[in-house]
Formats: sequence, structure tokens, C-alpha cells
Amino acid sequence: MPSDLITSLYVFVLAGFVGFQVIRRVSPLLHTPLMSLTNALDAIAVVGAIVIAGEHKSTLSTVLGTLAVIAATSNVVGGFLITDRMLRMFKESRPRK
Amino acid sequence: MSPFLTDRVIEVIYLVTTVLFIFSLQWMSAPSSARRGVLAGEIGMLLAIGGTLLHRGIIDYRPVVIALVAGSIIGVPLGLVHMTAVPQRTALSHAFGAFAVALVGSAEYYLRAPGVSPFMMSVLAAEVILGSLTFTGSLMAAGKLQEILPQRPITYKGQNIVNLGLLAIAVAIAVELVMHPERKFLFPLIIALPLLFGVLMIVPIGGADMPTVISLLNSYAGLSAAAMGFVLDSKLLIVAGALDGSSGFILSVIMSKAMNRSFTNVLFGAFGQVQPSAGAATQERPVRSATAEEAAAILSAANTVVIVPGYGMAVAQAQHKVRELYDALTKRGVDVKFGIHPVAGRMPGHMNVLLAEADIPYDKLLDMDAINPDFPQTDVALIIGANDVTNPAARNDPSSPIYGMPILDVDKARTVMVIKRSLSPGFAGVDNPLYYLDKTLMLFGDAKAFVGDIVRELGGEHR
Repeated sequence: MPSDLITSLYVFVLAGFVGFQVIRRVSPLLHTPLMSLTNALDAIAVVGAIVIAGEHKSTLSTVLGTLAVIAATSNVVGGFLITDRMLRMFKESRPRK
Repeated sequence: MSPFLTDRVIEVIYLVTTVLFIFSLQWMSAPSSARRGVLAGEIGMLLAIGGTLLHRGIIDYRPVVIALVAGSIIGVPLGLVHMTAVPQRTALSHAFGAFAVALVGSAEYYLRAPGVSPFMMSVLAAEVILGSLTFTGSLMAAGKLQEILPQRPITYKGQNIVNLGLLAIAVAIAVELVMHPERKFLFPLIIALPLLFGVLMIVPIGGADMPTVISLLNSYAGLSAAAMGFVLDSKLLIVAGALDGSSGFILSVIMSKAMNRSFTNVLFGAFGQVQPSAGAATQERPVRSATAEEAAAILSAANTVVIVPGYGMAVAQAQHKVRELYDALTKRGVDVKFGIHPVAGRMPGHMNVLLAEADIPYDKLLDMDAINPDFPQTDVALIIGANDVTNPAARNDPSSPIYGMPILDVDKARTVMVIKRSLSPGFAGVDNPLYYLDKTLMLFGDAKAFVGDIVRELGGEHR
């Protein structure tokens, strides 16, 4: 196994651990926006798709890459948009006079 | 810029994005900082996309630009759906994410085959299998949530064996490809079989299990993206996928606990069906019912009220009326709080969003563990459209199918009021002994109309 794959495995394991620790602290209040946010962040797959769409190595890869960019971009735009819309609705009660 | 320098710049940009993504989730921990979290995520995403456009491998920008524009056009309406439709929107976006991942995996295979190392072929297969099954599984879930597809679970004998057998065949073919990556004719099979598996996986799952399923699909989508990160040797993608995967995993575990399902049940895609109704022996037992006028009188005399909303409240579109009730009672000096069960709604946290949309302050929304100790000191527990999550049989009747499920201890309040159309059982098909307690008043009627009547009665006393 090449060493860069080992490095990738380390990154994966450590990121999973960070994710576990960070997500565990998210209040149940925000679990829906959390899911739509992680969904938007996950759409970072768009960067891989962009390269494949633009490389022009074969017609098949260009078509598949382009479709992938469309799907991922819609998640980026829609995901951030709805997360922010939801979070804007969460208001604290004003302290009583 | 020299090509070497460009590569380094992109690497650094990706590193910054990774850090921003972690901060983004960190800031989601509290409502006060959560919007900053979204901003951090957006900046990270813009940086990463901008950096990627510098990539020297890109020789033709037309498909990229067209796709970015088209994706944005599709994304905007998906970001503007109604709050009750958020679960199906989320399922749909899991499908889109998984679709993108499966497409990229396929493109990579056909570009690289036959020269694919065993490790590379393994992660490629994992990427494509996970991506494909998440794609159709999420579409099915979205269809069920949107009620295009029947929400009733469809089961048949040997279902688990058929489903798992199908997946096993796909994995076996993947193993064959790892050893012989040049056998290109096998590759479509590790797309087609998981696509079919994704459909069959969701067929036996009913509407009540959706919060678990949607979390599980979230986890799968994340893991498939992480696998894509291995294929493309992108640390950024690995981190984002791992974060998404662990998030979905944690939510699945929370949901399965709240539904009283075992951990293996979660790992195998909530294959367990809803238990058959335990011989619905509903004998005629007396219940006490009350009118809106009586309910209003009791509520306004109370010091503390806990409202327990269930999905029935959202179905009746009663959240804005509930908000009016909250206002009317608060104005009279009644302390009103909301007790939210983890599976109230169709996805994790859905009920909180629906109530926040109706302008109910979030510090009044308390989760199950926070509100349960308060019930013994609560004058009135008002249940609107919730059933199984308030069933005391889950706590004290070992023969009940829902025994062991964590519930809201509404029966410990001094008075319990239940707004319900009839005495029909809930999702689990279990009778609720709560309704026959001496302290329980049944308020028969439509949630929206009944809450509206109570509000009118409360307002009427001012005149």
C-alpha cells in the first residue's frame, strides 16, 4: 500500500473522530439544520467533479463529470440556503421587563 | 504562476477550507453561533471551488461553467421549500450528493481501467456501491415522505435474505474487480445491483421510521464522499465525508435509541419492521372529555403548562395556532414550555424547526431529557398530535410492544389534556393507557380548530 494511502487513512480516522466530538455537542434543537449543513458541506465533492468535467479526457467522463457538478452544486446552493433560512427562524424569547 | 506554485496554492486553499468546515460544525453547537457556522461553510466552499478552477488539468471551462450555473438554478428552489417539506428535501439532497459521487466514481474507473491498483479498486467500488444505493434509497425515502409512494411498509417473507443477498452479490463482484480490474463488463453490475438494493432497502420501512432512515442515508452519503476522497487523493473530501458520515451516524444512533431499536437494527438500515399491533384488544373503557371552554379555564388557572407536540400537529398545520395559545397563556403569566421527543416529526429536530418557524422562542423548546424532570411540578401537560411518545406503557408494561422506548413522562403532570381526533392507536398500533387515567381530559377534534377554540375562549375572558 503506498504511503499516501496510509496518510489518507489517518486523515479519515482522525476526521471521523473530530466529527464525532464536534457533532456530539450540537443541541438536538438544531439537528435538522445540522443535517442540511453537513449535506451542503458534503457537496464539496463538486471540486472533484469540476476537474473531471473540465479535463476533457473522454466524452463519457466529461458527461458524467458535468452531471456530477450539476447535482453537487444544487446541494451546495440549496443546502446553505435552507440551513440559513432555518437558523434565522430560531429566536430567543426577550427577557421580560 | 508556475504550475508548481498553482498546485501549492490549491493545496493551501483546500487546507483552509477543511479548517473552516470544522469550525462550521463547531459553531452549530448553539443557536447563537450557528449562522456564523453557515457563513464559515459558505466561505470555505467558495474558496475551494475558486481554487479548483485554477487547476491546470482543466482545459475546457464550458461544461464546468454551464454545470455550475445549472446546478445553482436547481439549488435555489430546493433551498426555498416549505419547512414541512424539509425532510423530503433533505432526502432528495442525499440522493443528489450520492448521485454525484457515483458518477465521479464511474468516470474515474473508465478513465483508469485496466491500470487500477487493488486498493484503488476497493475504494472505487466502495464509492460506487455506497453512492448508488444511497441514490435510489434516498429517492425512495423522499417519495415516501412526499407521499408520492405508499408510506405503509411493504414486507414479504425472506425479504432480508433477498436484500442482503443482492448486496452480497454486488460485493462479490467488487472483489472480483479488485483482482481483475480489466473486466470492464462487470463494472455496470456494481452500479445496477446497489441501485436495486437501495429501492428494496426502503420498501419495508414505514413512515414512523423515517427519522432513522434519513439519518442513516446521511451517513452513507458521507461515507461515499469519503471514499471518493480516497480515489481522488483529496484530503479535503475525506475530511468532509468523514464529518458528514459521523454526523449521520450519531443522529442514527440517537434516533434508534428514541425509537427503542437496537444498534444492529441501525447498521442494517432499520430492517426491522414496525411490530405488528398487539392484538388491538381495545375494550370500552370510560374516558373523560372536555370542551374548549373547560380546557381554557384549566389552562388559564395553571402556573406551568408543558405542550407536547407531535407530527399530528404539523399535519394539521396547527403550529401557528399553537403559537397564539402560547402568547395568550404567557400574557396571563402562565409559564409555557414545549417538550420535544427526539422522533417528533419526520427527521431529527424537525419539530423544533416547525415551532421556530411559528416564532416560538427556542429557549422554550426543551428536549426529552431536559423536560422530563419538570413534569411532576407541571400543572397541565397539553398533548397535541402525539401518541406513542407519551404512552406510559413504554415505562411500566413489559408486555407492550413499545416497552423500553423512552417517553415524555406526561402522566406525571397534575392534569393531562390530549387533543386528538379519536381514540385510534398511533403508529405502533398500541393502545395508550394515558387516555383512561382519571387526570386525563380528552379534547376530541382537529388540532388546529381545537387550539383555535381554546385561544378564542382565552381571549373572550378579557372582554
